[in-house]
Amino acid sequence: MINRREFLKTTGQALALAGVSAGVGVLFHNRSTAEYAPIMLKTGDYRVPDDTQLPRLTLSHNEDAMVALNRSLDAIGGIRRFVNKGERVVIKPNLGWDRTPEQAANTSPILVGEMVRLCLVAGAAEVIVTDVTCNDPRRCFIRSGVRDAVEKAGGRVILPKEEDFVKTVIDGKMISTWPVLKHFLQTDKLINIPIIKQHSLLECTCSMKNWYGILGGPRHQLHQKIDQSIVDLAAFCRPTLTVVDATRVLLRNGPTGGSLDDVAKEDTVMCATDEVAADSRACEFLGLTGDHVGHIVLAEKTGLGKVDYRAAGYKEVA
Amino acid sequence: MQIKTVRLLRRISQVAFFSVFFWLILKTTFEASFTPNPQSEILLPSPVSIALQLDPLVGVATLLSTGGVFKGLLWCLVILIPTIFLGRFFCGWVCPMGSLNHWISEIPFKKTDRKVAARIESNRYKRYQRIKYYVLILFLGASLAGSLQIGLFDPLALLARSIGTVLLPVLHTGTLSLISWIKGYWVPPPLGTWAQAVYDNIETILFPFRQAHFNGILTLALFFILVLVLNRIFTRFWCRGICPLGALLGVFSRYSVFGLEKRTTNCDHCNLCLQHCQGADGPDVGSAWRRAECHLCLNCQAACPQGALTFKFYPNRAATEANPAPITGVNISRRMTITSLASGVALAPLIRSGTAFAVDADPGLIRPPGSVSEAEFLARCIRCGQCMRVCPNNALHPTMLEAGIEGLWSPILIAKIGYCEPSCTLCGQVCPTGAIAHLTRTQKMGDKETPANRIGTAFIDRGRCLPWAMATPCIVCEEWCPTSPKSVYLKEETVRNSRGESVTLKQPYIDPHLCTGCGACEFACPVADRAAIRVTSVGETRSSSNQFLLDRKPRSVSSRN
Repeated sequence: MINRREFLKTTGQALALAGVSAGVGVLFHNRSTAEYAPIMLKTGDYRVPDDTQLPRLTLSHNEDAMVALNRSLDAIGGIRRFVNKGERVVIKPNLGWDRTPEQAANTSPILVGEMVRLCLVAGAAEVIVTDVTCNDPRRCFIRSGVRDAVEKAGGRVILPKEEDFVKTVIDGKMISTWPVLKHFLQTDKLINIPIIKQHSLLECTCSMKNWYGILGGPRHQLHQKIDQSIVDLAAFCRPTLTVVDATRVLLRNGPTGGSLDDVAKEDTVMCATDEVAADSRACEFLGLTGDHVGHIVLAEKTGLGKVDYRAAGYKEVA
Repeated sequence: MQIKTVRLLRRISQVAFFSVFFWLILKTTFEASFTPNPQSEILLPSPVSIALQLDPLVGVATLLSTGGVFKGLLWCLVILIPTIFLGRFFCGWVCPMGSLNHWISEIPFKKTDRKVAARIESNRYKRYQRIKYYVLILFLGASLAGSLQIGLFDPLALLARSIGTVLLPVLHTGTLSLISWIKGYWVPPPLGTWAQAVYDNIETILFPFRQAHFNGILTLALFFILVLVLNRIFTRFWCRGICPLGALLGVFSRYSVFGLEKRTTNCDHCNLCLQHCQGADGPDVGSAWRRAECHLCLNCQAACPQGALTFKFYPNRAATEANPAPITGVNISRRMTITSLASGVALAPLIRSGTAFAVDADPGLIRPPGSVSEAEFLARCIRCGQCMRVCPNNALHPTMLEAGIEGLWSPILIAKIGYCEPSCTLCGQVCPTGAIAHLTRTQKMGDKETPANRIGTAFIDRGRCLPWAMATPCIVCEEWCPTSPKSVYLKEETVRNSRGESVTLKQPYIDPHLCTGCGACEFACPVADRAAIRVTSVGETRSSSNQFLLDRKPRSVSSRN
């Protein structure tokens, strides 16, 4: 026998627990099957307005890489055309591999450092250099010399971390959504500094292929439809400016290289507002022409630029 | 000096040595904060394995197993020689594993009379304390026969591997989950921001940029937890009963000139000395003090209200009726000693007599670059896990049974998780016993005269490879191959897909003369679960028999392209 007090107490407790259970269930009930991961709806379009008076691709040849960079940049309108006071600038070199500058697998640290300095001179509030490398990012940034160069110039190196990737709508034919490193999405201006390298699937990797380096996830699957995925990315990520490092060109065993025998010294820097034109000119360093390279032709078809870089507006400066 | 001051010094010493040890493990990592000349080798800024080189047990055991004292291991004399004069000061003042056991044993419990009485009883000398000597003799016997098993039980190797491969990774994962939980919808927003700020600060000190996670750490974790938990049943059970390093130091303390002097007249048998004893060495008046068991923690002297106990040089050995003479030697039986030694010596041939050691070795047993031949490797590796912790790519893991029972928890490279970075020599830099040689950059990567160090060879699984089996283009293995010329080379073929269309693609092949077995191809292969290109150990530089090519001269650079 239990007394009334005990009966009420036990029943009350049971009812309370039942209520809480039901409440939690209802509160957290999730009818939709949609994924939880945040999807960032954002274009990667950082272009400045087109100026028909200026060339869209400039090239300068000089033994001093800094001189070559400054001359080709001045010919396309100068840094102040691209970077305004107080802006945040993200620079995307190609730092895929644990290699030294001489091996020409990564963008030259001289060019990256000088670009950081120029952006700061133009009044940029913050200049960030980052890349989703293939080899360990710490080793890539150290051995390429880019970390040193950037920090000396006053920029900031950010190494990619797993928690910094955001699922992003790319909206391409091959790539609909993909994890993208957030720094490439949270900026005012984006500058691409690729290096020209031989690549057995693409023939030539330069500006547009460099956008693989904003991606996380299983990006090696993209090689199965490489031309279309590169064009998808290039259509998503429109940089403010492209600076092509042709100071050294990797002719063989790309994109990793390793031997100095694979490297040709070209002492050339190009600046472009048309990536397709830049890549089309770049592949000539490997003895190719743009109209024979699949992804460059496809990019023109998609309307991203001109394979015929002379028609796009091309200027060589001393 | 007052005894309380000396005890305080001991406590400071324990905390200091533990902190240094922990810090050295933390620093056994590739740090983004140092900037060497990009041309040169990336070297660790500090000798992070110094703590393991101070270990006399490692010194003695590797001397027996290899016939030499490897480089920095000579430092172990810094511990061994003072022990001869002082006794086991290392156990009470220095050993980080001992300190950890000490602290966990001494976490206060309710001071009821019964528990104090039970504690006093458990702190009297027990027969189980002899086990450690048999463990020591067994392992030294195995070392004599060329199989170094000492690392499984050596306290410094045990602690280094437990902190490095279990504690820190688990702590990191746990902290990250906690932060993301706090930042989730349960907690009001400002808390999440604060938590992130706290985490960012902890992260810079405690966690590397990329936290490695290890294969099969549950076994390591259980072993470590068992060692720690046993302290709550018997004070410092590990140190008293099992630790072979403590046993070795006990043996060496036989002639020590420093010891406990008991003055019978003052004693009123309050047993406070026993209540606080760490080594269960009989500090009380009426028992024989056992020199080989004493950790020199000095708790008994500090606890004695009568001043009956004093540690001094050349203590008076005279026995009285109430106070038997101290026992200087080690209390073990000759019969058990011979049995342990014989078992140890027999252990190596026994576990190697099967097929697994030589003929039928696991093809996946890829050792770190610069590893010595398997027999010598097993005579040197102490399973400290330093190589696993320092590897920037998380490529090295503790083995389970890949190297047989004999090689439990020794390093194995799992390319699917991480490949061997060609320019990296960090594992060889931290190995305290020379199981992994410290290669120069040229020895590791090779140049025109020197062949590169090979840890295996890659093989293509044509049934899983996209261009070979599925008419799908893919060149990722070739793209990632770090040698120049590339060891993965491609041949253009036109194949037909299921719809009958012809597809032109490039199919990969391996040039075994160039392949170093680094595993970058296996790591990068898009076939996620079991890669279509995999590395096995055949062709490894360290083995003269695990080979398959008659002629393996490196090909000249100009022969292709």
